[in-house]
Amino acid sequence: MSAAPGAAPAAPARLRLPLGVLAPLLAVLLALAAGGVLIAAVGQSPFEVYALLVSQALGTGYGVGQTLFKATPLLFAGLSVALAFRAGLFNVGAEGQMYLGGFAAALVAAYAPLPAPLLLPAAVLAAALAGAAWGAVPGALKARFGAHEVINTIMLNFIAFALVSWWGRALFVPATVRTREAPEAAWIPRLDVLLPWLKGSPANLALLLGVALAALVGVLLFRTRAGYELRVLGLSPGAAEYAGVRTGRAQVLAFALAGALAGLGGTSFVLGYKHWFEQDFTAGAGFMGIAVALIGRNHPGGVLVAALFFGMLAYGGLVVNQRVPADLVNVLRALVILFAISAHALVERWARSREA
Amino acid sequence: MEGALLFAAATLRISVPYALAAMGGAMSERGGVVCLALEGIMLHGALAYVLGAWATGDPWLGLLAAVLAGVATAALHALVTVAFRADQITSGIGLNLLAAGLTRFVLVTVFHSSSNSPRVAGLPDLPLGPIAQVPALGPLLATPLVPLTLALVPATVWLVFRTPFGLRLRATGERPDASAALGLSVARLRTTGVLLCGALTGLAGAWLASEQHSFTDGMTAGRGYIALAAMIVGKWHPAGAAAACLLFGATEAAQIALQGSGFPSALLQALPYAVTMLALAGFIGRATPPRALGTPYDPEAV
Repeated sequence: MSAAPGAAPAAPARLRLPLGVLAPLLAVLLALAAGGVLIAAVGQSPFEVYALLVSQALGTGYGVGQTLFKATPLLFAGLSVALAFRAGLFNVGAEGQMYLGGFAAALVAAYAPLPAPLLLPAAVLAAALAGAAWGAVPGALKARFGAHEVINTIMLNFIAFALVSWWGRALFVPATVRTREAPEAAWIPRLDVLLPWLKGSPANLALLLGVALAALVGVLLFRTRAGYELRVLGLSPGAAEYAGVRTGRAQVLAFALAGALAGLGGTSFVLGYKHWFEQDFTAGAGFMGIAVALIGRNHPGGVLVAALFFGMLAYGGLVVNQRVPADLVNVLRALVILFAISAHALVERWARSREA
Repeated sequence: MEGALLFAAATLRISVPYALAAMGGAMSERGGVVCLALEGIMLHGALAYVLGAWATGDPWLGLLAAVLAGVATAALHALVTVAFRADQITSGIGLNLLAAGLTRFVLVTVFHSSSNSPRVAGLPDLPLGPIAQVPALGPLLATPLVPLTLALVPATVWLVFRTPFGLRLRATGERPDASAALGLSVARLRTTGVLLCGALTGLAGAWLASEQHSFTDGMTAGRGYIALAAMIVGKWHPAGAAAACLLFGATEAAQIALQGSGFPSALLQALPYAVTMLALAGFIGRATPPRALGTPYDPEAV
């Protein structure tokens, strides 16, 4: 199967930046235009609806906080998918990795017999380890058997859901689908402690962890030997092997790191918002990581911007629900994906034909 | 005996949508186009069946609408992946997200409910006479889409392995450059495979909606992914895929039968996915995808 989209920009160097910015931007604009048709079809004004969406999501402190909260798991999932993409691996499993990460965090936070100061770090670590373990599986299967990671990560998502619902039967608070509440020592502080302006919103410090990890992923990919090897592996597996990169090990490493990032994405909801694990809490955030990585061009900075954009859409959709079904934003997100890959393929073809 | 018949009927009933979508997936992938969009196509098919049957009062027109919606969704996949040559995996995921959002959008707009449509007519039973009297299996065989699915298994095998079209389709999935050198249109063959996938998977959606007499939000519930798994375990062969569907259908029927017995049903629930991973890793024979699967065909790249 093909390499991950955007992992290997085939366009000539002088066109790479305009291409990188232009194709995603074009995709977003086209998706908004198509969404406008849908809004008009239900008898509303697209301009009014979009204006309402943006003003509610960015105009008040509470709205900004909600946008940041919605953006947090998308940032982690986007980083996860982007890191794997850079190594030539397509991680469709961020959803399951995040799900298990959140579950592990909740278990440690609520049940581990640890002294209070250790609870939070241990719970966060558990999220990373659970995600990494689940992520390493498709990496190892690819390295050892050449089994394609896309199908395996999809299968592992479903296996993760099944396992958690099995374990949950014994653990969940009776008549609910959630674990018991964690003690306060295990909570991730809300952002409004630092920024009173965001008052009442569930945005929490997991966002800052995500931003710090984005910077770390950038350093890893572009400033270290291991990151260089991963990128060579993504651009040309043959060249990587010839240059002495232990490709199998690199694939497992890339997937474990991607899984850890996705797993940590579960902490925002579980430790920073509800303080328990709840069935289906990821709500597709892991899958959206693919869109985030795509629009962010698999670059940590781009991923951050894309996560904020999709976070704004996610909250804004709820706000405009009175006038247009909230699922408008789900349609928009899907259209952004379809337009982005189409624009990327077409613009690249155009650039290559000009070069020839 | 009665119990065995009931179990067989339950297995067959569960397997019908899997088999239709898995055969569809094989059509697309044999031509070299990855189709992760089975879930979304099926969902569109189910909603279109309900819209068609509701608007016209005729379930057969609902069936037609489901096939058309499946083909239209598949056409979008073909446009993005064959005409634009964009990434096939991402397109499939995008289409699944689109279907999840769009079906709920339409549900709210048309039926003013975010959960379900009103009740519509299902497809009428076929007059099978004495066969319909067979306990458990009889009524199932009288449901039009069941005999149709049973007939479609040998029909798709014949199409893929015994006709010039099938040979060309498979050649395009293995060596598109060789197909092109023979003067075949890679784009046209691949598009045909994807559209056939859309029609078959649309039928799967129609089956779900007709059986349930309504559309409910997210009613495909991951069946498209099970079908995908069955296609892989069946090694991209329509009959193999259908057999894998029966196996997966039987584990699901067993899950239902064992409910309340204390047996951890989650283990059975996870079985199809685990079997698929084992097949991909080469523990159950070798599941080798068509050689050019997932690679856009670029005539200029030599």
